[in-house]
Amino acid sequence: MKLKRSTVNNLIAYGIVIVAFVICQSMISAGAMSRSLRGQLVPICVYIVMAVSLNLTVGISGELSLGHAGFMSVGAFSGIVAATWMESAFAMENDVVRLLLAMVVGGVFAGIAGVIIGVPVLRLRGDYLAIVTLAFGEIIRNVLNCVYISVDAGRVYFAFNSPQLPGKLVINGPAGATGVSRISTFVIGFVLILFTLFVVLNLINSRSGRAIMACRDSRIAAESVGINITKYRMMAFVTSAVLAGMAGALYGLNYSTVTAAKFDFNTSILVLVFVVLGGIGNIWGSIIAATLLTVLPELLRGFSDYRMLVYAVVLILVMLVTNSPMMRAFFARVLPHKRGEEGKGGEAA
Amino acid sequence: MTQQRRSTTKMVPFPSHSIVPERDVDKLPVLEARHLGIEFGGLKAVEDFNLTIGKTEIAGLIGPNGAGKTTVFNLLTKVYQPTSGTIMINGKDTAGMNTVQANKLGVARTFQNIRLFGNMSVEDNVRIGLHNQVPYGMFSGIFRLPRYWKQEKKQHERALELLSIFGMQDMASAKAGSLPYGAQRRLEIVRALATNPSLLLLDEPAAGMNPHETEELMDSIIAIRDQFQIAVMLIEHDMKLVMGICEGICVLNYGRVIAKGTAEEIQKNPTVIEAYLGRRKEDAQ
Ligand SMILES: Nc1ncnc2c1ncn2[C@@H]1O[C@H](COP(=O)(O)OP(=O)(O)O)[C@@H](O)[C@H]1O
Ligand SMILES: [Mg+2]
Repeated sequence: MKLKRSTVNNLIAYGIVIVAFVICQSMISAGAMSRSLRGQLVPICVYIVMAVSLNLTVGISGELSLGHAGFMSVGAFSGIVAATWMESAFAMENDVVRLLLAMVVGGVFAGIAGVIIGVPVLRLRGDYLAIVTLAFGEIIRNVLNCVYISVDAGRVYFAFNSPQLPGKLVINGPAGATGVSRISTFVIGFVLILFTLFVVLNLINSRSGRAIMACRDSRIAAESVGINITKYRMMAFVTSAVLAGMAGALYGLNYSTVTAAKFDFNTSILVLVFVVLGGIGNIWGSIIAATLLTVLPELLRGFSDYRMLVYAVVLILVMLVTNSPMMRAFFARVLPHKRGEEGKGGEAA
Repeated sequence: MTQQRRSTTKMVPFPSHSIVPERDVDKLPVLEARHLGIEFGGLKAVEDFNLTIGKTEIAGLIGPNGAGKTTVFNLLTKVYQPTSGTIMINGKDTAGMNTVQANKLGVARTFQNIRLFGNMSVEDNVRIGLHNQVPYGMFSGIFRLPRYWKQEKKQHERALELLSIFGMQDMASAKAGSLPYGAQRRLEIVRALATNPSLLLLDEPAAGMNPHETEELMDSIIAIRDQFQIAVMLIEHDMKLVMGICEGICVLNYGRVIAKGTAEEIQKNPTVIEAYLGRRKEDAQ
């Protein structure tokens, strides 16, 4: 039996991740991996999950989101609080369970943020999501700068603009999360990537996923066959936010100090660049792009002064490439994606 | 009509003198549009549109370009909300409904400018049409619960069955956007049929087809009506098709119905002849 193209693409995505994991693990146990690269392993996992989840919004659902790092920060901070609270409330020793639960909490909070943004915006016909998510990313960063949260004897205290709280301060306003227990591991990162792929790929190849792609290709046609487009745009957007929140929790629990400034507009754009470079709608492309572009600055450490220059050059090249008619024709054949043809609802002829 | 009751209300003649096929006369009509109208910023695109379609009727909607035919379809499918009048589908008033609800009530359509899900396979296009017919939730889909496998199998079988109406089951895995024009139009019909409609609206189904394909399409439309026992309403410029298969025909000009009747009546109607000839004279100038 001939395998379907989608099945082949899925196998490639899982294959890349599993092979890369096996190689990394054997390099670690052989002591062949540099210290700095080992430090990059968890961030690479995080950015892969970020890129794959953003691809669900941008590539599969066809909506531009410019605030993906906002969901990451919600996940990071709520995950850190949850992990600290679990330690204090139940004296939970098992770091793996604590990390997994913290990731679930991060996902839930990011999902709630996704619903709050999605409900008013995704009901509208036009493409307003880009501007609203852009604002969300900036607002959440500024809000987190003023938030103080402490944990004392299993209770969580919260204050706005005032660090006068009992117990140990977990989130300390502009100083961010301090004294975080670093419980993230590469293995859990790998598991999160597999989970993300499982969710995203299975969703795409199901009734709901087809409905999401139908809304992307033609909203009017999707409605004409009885698909509630708001529901499916929400489904893609919130799923994407939940996964970004889980990645955020993994990221937050990988460092002893995390500030909200880390999750700024540049981070959102960085993830978007992964998605665009890897191919919009192409899941394994996102994985490759996120890995390369996270490792590259590390490998080019000596050139760090020119990093932004290289970045600008790469972006200009991408723009040139994607705007030349010849390359467009090429990508049209290669990329399984097409923007919805009607934004404002208008003519149905 | 069902019950006679004494009342002091003064009764006036109802302006919708409608005709339906004799076989449908004792059945609830699939569509009753009364005094339907819509304005776009002062332009009355459709005005006082009255039409009844019998349960298994093949109806035609014709008229010069810009007469408002597609706008009628957009009204019936609730893409536009009418500024006046009512639309009853299977006896239910559709006031305040949206396109999705109209589809669930039984109205499905094709588009004058083809709107397939071009990057997806032919089969997936039909499966999307089956969205509400063979349902399962997001959770079953992601975690591949038994319901997923059962419903996917059902969708697959049903999709191939529907595609076989036009002998298209062999192209099930082809990309919809890469099909020839005529096949794309046929796929749109299959996708609409997949939603299990009671009224199928076809907007210029033969546009871009060669005479041979048009002949086949005429047979298929009749076969679809017979097999599914549904009503079909079609907009078409090909008079051979319209006069060949449409039982009741409605002629629009400048947003108004200028004639209704059977193919013979329409062909003889002086107003219709004038509308078409008059338009042709204008075009020549
Ligand atoms: N959304 C709209 N806004 C403004 N005018 C419209 C709109 N839709 C249709 N019209 C106008 O209504 C008239 C009828 O159009 P249409 O129904 O497409 O004609 P046709 O009979 O060729 O299908 C045209 O004059 C068209 O410009
Ligand atoms: Mg038209």
